[in-house]
Amino acid sequence: MTTTPILKLDNLGVTFPNHPVFKDLNLTINHGDFLSIVGKNGVGKTTLMRTILHQLRPTHGQVTYLPDPNHVKIGYVPQFRNIDADYPLTIEDFVGLNLTGWKWPWLSRTERQAVREILKETGLEAIAKRPIGQASGGERQKAYLAQALVEAPNLLILDESTASLDPVTKTDLLDLVQELNQCLDLTVLFVTHDIPMARKYSTEYLMLTPRGAEQGPIAGLTQNKVWEGENV
Amino acid sequence: MFSYEFMRNAFAAGTIIAIICGIMGVFVIARNMSFLTHTLSEIGFSGAAFGIFAGWAPLNGMLLFTVVSSVIVGQLSARSERREAATSAISALFIGLGILFLSLANKNASYATSILFGSVIGISAADVRQMLWLSLLVLIVIFVIYRFLKFDSFDHTGARVKGLWTNSLSITFLVLLALSVSVAAQIVGSLLIFILLTLPAATAKYFAHTVSGMMILAVALALIGVWLGLVLSYVTNYPVSFFIAAIEAVCYFAALGWQKLQTAE
Ligand SMILES: Nc1ncnc2c1ncn2[C@@H]1O[C@H](COP(=O)(O)OP(=O)(O)O)[C@@H](O)[C@H]1O
Ligand SMILES: [Mg+2]
Repeated sequence: MTTTPILKLDNLGVTFPNHPVFKDLNLTINHGDFLSIVGKNGVGKTTLMRTILHQLRPTHGQVTYLPDPNHVKIGYVPQFRNIDADYPLTIEDFVGLNLTGWKWPWLSRTERQAVREILKETGLEAIAKRPIGQASGGERQKAYLAQALVEAPNLLILDESTASLDPVTKTDLLDLVQELNQCLDLTVLFVTHDIPMARKYSTEYLMLTPRGAEQGPIAGLTQNKVWEGENV
Repeated sequence: MFSYEFMRNAFAAGTIIAIICGIMGVFVIARNMSFLTHTLSEIGFSGAAFGIFAGWAPLNGMLLFTVVSSVIVGQLSARSERREAATSAISALFIGLGILFLSLANKNASYATSILFGSVIGISAADVRQMLWLSLLVLIVIFVIYRFLKFDSFDHTGARVKGLWTNSLSITFLVLLALSVSVAAQIVGSLLIFILLTLPAATAKYFAHTVSGMMILAVALALIGVWLGLVLSYVTNYPVSFFIAAIEAVCYFAALGWQKLQTAE
């Protein structure tokens, strides 16, 4: 199998006015990689994801999309989302929000088709017309995932999307992501605290610690190593 | 009733207002901007008073004040924690200015009442035309930026992640809101304009679960309020804004009660 890089981090560093978050990060991510990013709270995982998305300008180094930015389409499922029980939109409408490529207010036939497809894939078809405010935690996460996937990205970032889910729902969701990863060559960046899940699904890992980063094939990531990394 | 020209004008103006308010209201509610809408209407009062003082049409004074201040508020409140306090300070300043302009303009109290509480008889055919053009402008802009505005209003996090220009969208929306406030104040008055810009959409949210559905329902509720309000006002000679406020509030509380019943089951 040939490996083609999709994303490259060179000497990447981010410093907020009061403190440095991470520095000297070098990493190449290939098409089809399933990379788990682990590290304790506050170590800079979300900051790294936002830098990769170009939402934050790095203090040092750079993030490069390969072969060029036109070939990298990112879907991002953020860690936090403020959707309360009163939130009115249906799951279907919420997923469709991400379709901003076409100029008319209403969705085109192909766009509606794309929404239907993704709802089917994520197992949300039966509850497509239910207001998302009334959906369960797992169903919401699936809807967020579906929204990120509806524009057919080739790089998917999950920022602790599974943290609040029960084991069954979690496995359900990650099975789906894995299927897309294997069938469609979707590259996945999976931010998580769940080491067993990371070991089950990913191919590579990146561990952020206050001292620096460590990376390698997923087999090298053990719970002990994470504890060591967290207690420095 | 329709044999009077002023009633025909009032109905035309009311219809335009209801459509604009229903549509804009859906975004006002989604963006949690009821409070800001209230402030903009107070600024509108001040602008109208300034218009009278300067010898312009009140609507032009309103447009000037609300549009300029919406841009300022948009800049000030880029950080949300500052928004409420800054907005209160601005609204206090503008109400004060409005009172000052009115007293400087040396107009009698009925002028102030009609700016604050609205009036049915003051609307000319030329006013209706101006309102129509302004409303069309608002609708066209909404049509063009619809998908982005919808994404940003109903899922700000997602829109930011997508890299949409959320700040420009926010300012554009505030300017549209300023235009809508100025247009709508013509009948309901600046004191009560936020009613039409918030209550029908807030009610619609309980029954419709798509953006287009909410818009249709909000427009319908606003139309019912305005038309019924005008008829009742004509028949009873009580102020139209009272009836509109009462109708919209009753609808809202009925929706709230209905929602409670649904969730209780
Ligand atoms: N915009 C910001 N300004 C200043 N500090 C920030 C900002 N965003 C995050 N931080 C800080 O950077 C550190 C890393 O945060 P984050 O990336 O969210 O951690 P993680 O996702 O790994 O839990 C934290 O100490 C956090 O307080
Ligand atoms: Mg985080």
